[in-house]
Amino acid sequence: MNTALVFPALGPALPEIILAAGALILVLFGAFRGERSAGAMNGVALVLLALAFVALLMLPSGRMETMSGSFVVDSFAKFMKALTLIASAGGVILSIDYMRREGINRFEYPILIILCTIGMLMVISANDLIALYLGLELLSLSSYVIAAFDRDNVRSTEAGLKYFVLGALSSGMLLYGASLVYGFTGSVSFPTIAASLHGTVSNGLIFGLVFVAAGIAFKISAVPFHMWTPDVYEGSPTPVTAFFAAAPKMAGMAMATRVFVYAFPGILGQWQQIIVFISIASMVLGSFAAIGQRNLKRLMAYSSIGNVGYALIGLATGTPEGVQGVAIYMAIYLAMTLGSFAVILGLRRGNVMFEKIEDLSGIARTHPVLAFCLAMMMFSLAGIPPLAGFFAKFAVFNAAIKANLVTLAVIGVVTSVVGAYYYLRIVKVMYFDEPAERYDAMPAGVKLVLALSSVFVVLYVLVPAPLNAAAAAAARSLF
Amino acid sequence: MLGFGILSGLLVLPLIGAAFILTLRGDSEAARANARWIALATTVLTFLLSLVAWSRFDSASSAFQLVESHAWLTDTIRFKLGVDGFSMPFILLTTFLMPFCIVASWESISHRVKEYFVAFLVLEMTMIGVFAALDLVLFYLFFEAGLIPMFLIIGIWGGKRRIYASFKFFLYTLLGSVLMLLAIMAMYWAAGTTDIPTLLKFKFAANLQTWLWLAFFASFAVKMPMWPVHTWLPDAHVEAPTAGSVILAAILLKMGGYGFIRVSLPMFPDASVYFAPLVYSLSVIAIVYTSLVALVQQDMKKLIAYSSVAHMGFVTMGLFSMNPQGIQGAMFQMVSHGLVSGALFLCVGVVYDRLHTREISAYGGLVERMPFYAVAFLIFTMANVGLPGTSGFVGEFLTLIGAFRSNPWVAFFAASGVILSAAYALWLYRRVVYGALTKPSLQTMTDLTGREMLTLVPLVLLVIYYGVQPGPILDTFAAPTNALMQGYQAALETVKTAAVAAH
Repeated sequence: MNTALVFPALGPALPEIILAAGALILVLFGAFRGERSAGAMNGVALVLLALAFVALLMLPSGRMETMSGSFVVDSFAKFMKALTLIASAGGVILSIDYMRREGINRFEYPILIILCTIGMLMVISANDLIALYLGLELLSLSSYVIAAFDRDNVRSTEAGLKYFVLGALSSGMLLYGASLVYGFTGSVSFPTIAASLHGTVSNGLIFGLVFVAAGIAFKISAVPFHMWTPDVYEGSPTPVTAFFAAAPKMAGMAMATRVFVYAFPGILGQWQQIIVFISIASMVLGSFAAIGQRNLKRLMAYSSIGNVGYALIGLATGTPEGVQGVAIYMAIYLAMTLGSFAVILGLRRGNVMFEKIEDLSGIARTHPVLAFCLAMMMFSLAGIPPLAGFFAKFAVFNAAIKANLVTLAVIGVVTSVVGAYYYLRIVKVMYFDEPAERYDAMPAGVKLVLALSSVFVVLYVLVPAPLNAAAAAAARSLF
Repeated sequence: MLGFGILSGLLVLPLIGAAFILTLRGDSEAARANARWIALATTVLTFLLSLVAWSRFDSASSAFQLVESHAWLTDTIRFKLGVDGFSMPFILLTTFLMPFCIVASWESISHRVKEYFVAFLVLEMTMIGVFAALDLVLFYLFFEAGLIPMFLIIGIWGGKRRIYASFKFFLYTLLGSVLMLLAIMAMYWAAGTTDIPTLLKFKFAANLQTWLWLAFFASFAVKMPMWPVHTWLPDAHVEAPTAGSVILAAILLKMGGYGFIRVSLPMFPDASVYFAPLVYSLSVIAIVYTSLVALVQQDMKKLIAYSSVAHMGFVTMGLFSMNPQGIQGAMFQMVSHGLVSGALFLCVGVVYDRLHTREISAYGGLVERMPFYAVAFLIFTMANVGLPGTSGFVGEFLTLIGAFRSNPWVAFFAASGVILSAAYALWLYRRVVYGALTKPSLQTMTDLTGREMLTLVPLVLLVIYYGVQPGPILDTFAAPTNALMQGYQAALETVKTAAVAAH
C-alpha cells in the first residue's frame, strides 16, 4: 500500500491553488514594497480572483475527488464557488476608494480577502469534517482581522474582538460536534457517515449533529446564534460589512447544505426540526427586529439574518428542489446585498460617511439613479415581483410546498410582509421625504458594482431560466 | 416577429413610452410638457393597439385567443399571454381609461412630472399584464408588480396622510397576495403546471380545493375589496391624486373580481359552491353596511370609495350566484363601475383642482357657476345609483336577478342597498351642486375647461350608450360564461346529491 505516497491530483483544486500561490506572492511583494503597493495589490487581487474564476469554469464537468477524498468538486461546489468568487471580487472593488479615503489602504487587506476566499472555497469543497474545519478556520481567522481592519477606530476593533470571541466559541462547538459524530459513526468522511446512518441512530450522534448545526448557524448568522451580527456589521468598515454580508454567507450556506443533505440524508427527520426552527426564528427576528433600526448597516444585518432564514427554508426540505432553491436564493441575495451596500458606500460628503436611514432622505431628487437602484434592491429584498428577489423566494417556498412544509412556508410569507414594512420605509424616506444636501459623486468601482447588481435585479425576470437550470444541475449533484 | 404577438406589444408599448420620458433631461417647463405629450401619445397608441387586438378577437368563441407562449422560468411555467371574453373587455377598459388619467393629471400634477408619468405607464403595463396573463405565476407577477408604481403614486403625489395610506395599501394587499402565491405553488405541484388553460381542465381534489380557494380568496377579497378587509380603500382613495383614484377604482379593484372569475370559480367549483354562502353574507354586509357608512362621510372621495365597496358587493354576489345572469351581470357591473367610478373621481378632481378641498360642506350651489359640470356629475351620479338608461342599471339588475334565482333573501337585502345608494349619491349631489351659492370661495368657480370636457364627455356618452345598448359587452361575456357554467353543473349536481343523500 503506497497510495499515501502518491502525489494527489491537484487539478480539481486549481482555483484554490492559484489563490494560495498568489496570496503568498502578494505577501512578499507587500513586505518589500510596503504601504505604497496597496493600490496595485487591489488590482492584482482582482486579477487573481478572475483567474480563479476562469480556472473554476475550465474544470471538467462531473464529480471529482482528490486529497484522499477529502476535497470534492461537483456542480454544487462549482456553483457556490462561482458565487463566492464574485462576492469576494465585489468586496475588493467596493473597498478600493473607501480604504484610500479613510487612510487605511494597507496592502494586507486584499491579501486577507484572498486568504478568506481560499478558506471559503475549501469549506465549499470539503468532503470530510477535518477539511471542513480547516477551511472554516482559515475563513474565520481572516474575517476577524478584516473586521478590525480600521484598527484605530474603537468600533471596528470592538467588532473584530466580538467576532473573534464568539467565533472561537462557535468553532469550538462545531469541533466538539464533529468529534461526537466521528465517535459515533467511526468516520469523518461525509460519504462514509452517510452510508453508516441506517434505521435508528444513537443519541450521541444526534447530540453531535446539534453541535455541528450550532456552529454552522453561527457562521451564517442564523437565530439564535446571530447576536454578533448587528454589532460586527455596524462596527466594521462598510466595505468589510458588504463582504461579510455577501461572501461568507455563500460559503456558510454551501457548507450547511453539504453537511446536512449530503452527510446526513438518512436522518432527515432529525435535522429537519433543527433547520425548521432556526429558519423560523431567523425570519421572525430578522423582520421584527429590523423595524426599529435607524442605522443602515444594522438594518442590513437584520435583513441578512432574515434572508438566511428564507434560504434555510430550502435546506429544511432536504430535497433537490430545496437545494436548488438555496442556490438560486444565494445567487440573487448576493446581487441584492452588493447593490445595497454599494448605495450605502455612495453616501459620502467629503470625509464624512453617512449611514443613518434618514440620511437617505429625499435622494430620489438629488440622486435619482441612486435612489432608483436602492428602491429596486429594497423591493427585491421584500420579494416583490417582477424583481429578482421574488424569484428567490419563489424557489424556496415552492420547494417547501412540495415537501409539505406548509406551516413553514406560511410563516415565511407572513414574515416577508412584515419585512416589507422596513424595506418600504427606506423607499419612503428616499421618495416621499424632503431632500437634504447632495452627496459626492460615487467612485467608479462602486458605480460598477451598483450598475451590475441593479441590472441583474431588475432584468432577471426576462431570462430567469439559465440560473434556474444551473442551480438545478448543482442541486442534482448532491443527490 | 420572433413569435411576439399583439399582447406583448401592449405590454411593451407603455414601457417604451416610459423609457422615452426617462431620457428627457432637466426639469424645465418644456421637459414637463414633453413628458405629458409622450405619456398621452403612448397611452393613445396603446389604446389603438388594443382596438386592433379587439378587432382580431372573436367574441363568439370561449377559447383563449391571441395566444403567445415563450420559454420562461421552467418548461411548465411559461411566459404565456392570451385573452378570452372575460379578459378582453378589461384590457380595453384599461387602455381606454389611461389617456383620460393622463389628461386629468395634465395640470394638477406640478412636481416631479416625469416620474409621475413613468409610474403611470409602468402601472398600465402591469394592469394589462394581469388581464392578459395565461400563466398563474405570470398573473401573480403582474398582480403584485402593480403595487410598486401605485405605492409611489399615492406616496409622492398624494394628500396629507399619503404615507399612512400608501403603506396601508401596500402591506394590506401584499399580505393577502402572499397566501395566493403559496396556493399557486400547491397547484403547481398538484397539476404539474401553472398554465391557466391546462389548470381550467384539471380537477383538484376536494379538500385541496378548499384550502386553495381560501388562499386565493384572501388575496382577491382584499383587492376587491370585500367587507371587512376594505379599510385600505377609503384611505388610499382619499390620499391618491385624482388619476390614481380613477385607476384604483376603475381597474385595480377589478383585478379581484377578475381573479374570482379566472381562478376561483372555474378551478375550484366544489369549494366555490361550498363557500358561496360566506361570499353572499359578506357581499350583503358590504352592500348594506358600506352604503350606510357612505351616508355619513364628509369627504367626497371617501363617500365614493365606500360606494365602490358597496358596488363591488354586487359583483361578488353576482359571481357566486353561479348562474349566467349573475355572472354576466357581475362582469358588466365591473366594466360599468370602471367607467362610472372613474368618472366620479374625475368629477371630484375637477372641483378639487379649483378649491383644493374635498370636504362636502365646502361646496353648495355649484350649478349656478358650473352648469356643464352639474350635468356631467348628475349623469354619473345617476349611473352610480343604477338608474335605468345608464350602464349602472344593467349590472345591478342582472346581478339581482342572478341572486334572486339562487337565494331570494340575498337579493332582498341587496336590493335595499340600491335604495341606500340612491340616498347617499343623491344627497351628495344635492349638497355639492344644488342649494344657494353662498360661500364666497365658490363665487369665482369656473365651469369645465376644454380639457376637462374632453375627459368627461366620452365617459358620459359611453355610460349612456352601454345603458341602452349593453349587448356588445354582454355578448362578449356570453361564450366564456357558458363554458364556465358547464363546468359548474357537475359541482352543483354533487352538492344536490349530497343534500338528497343527507335527507
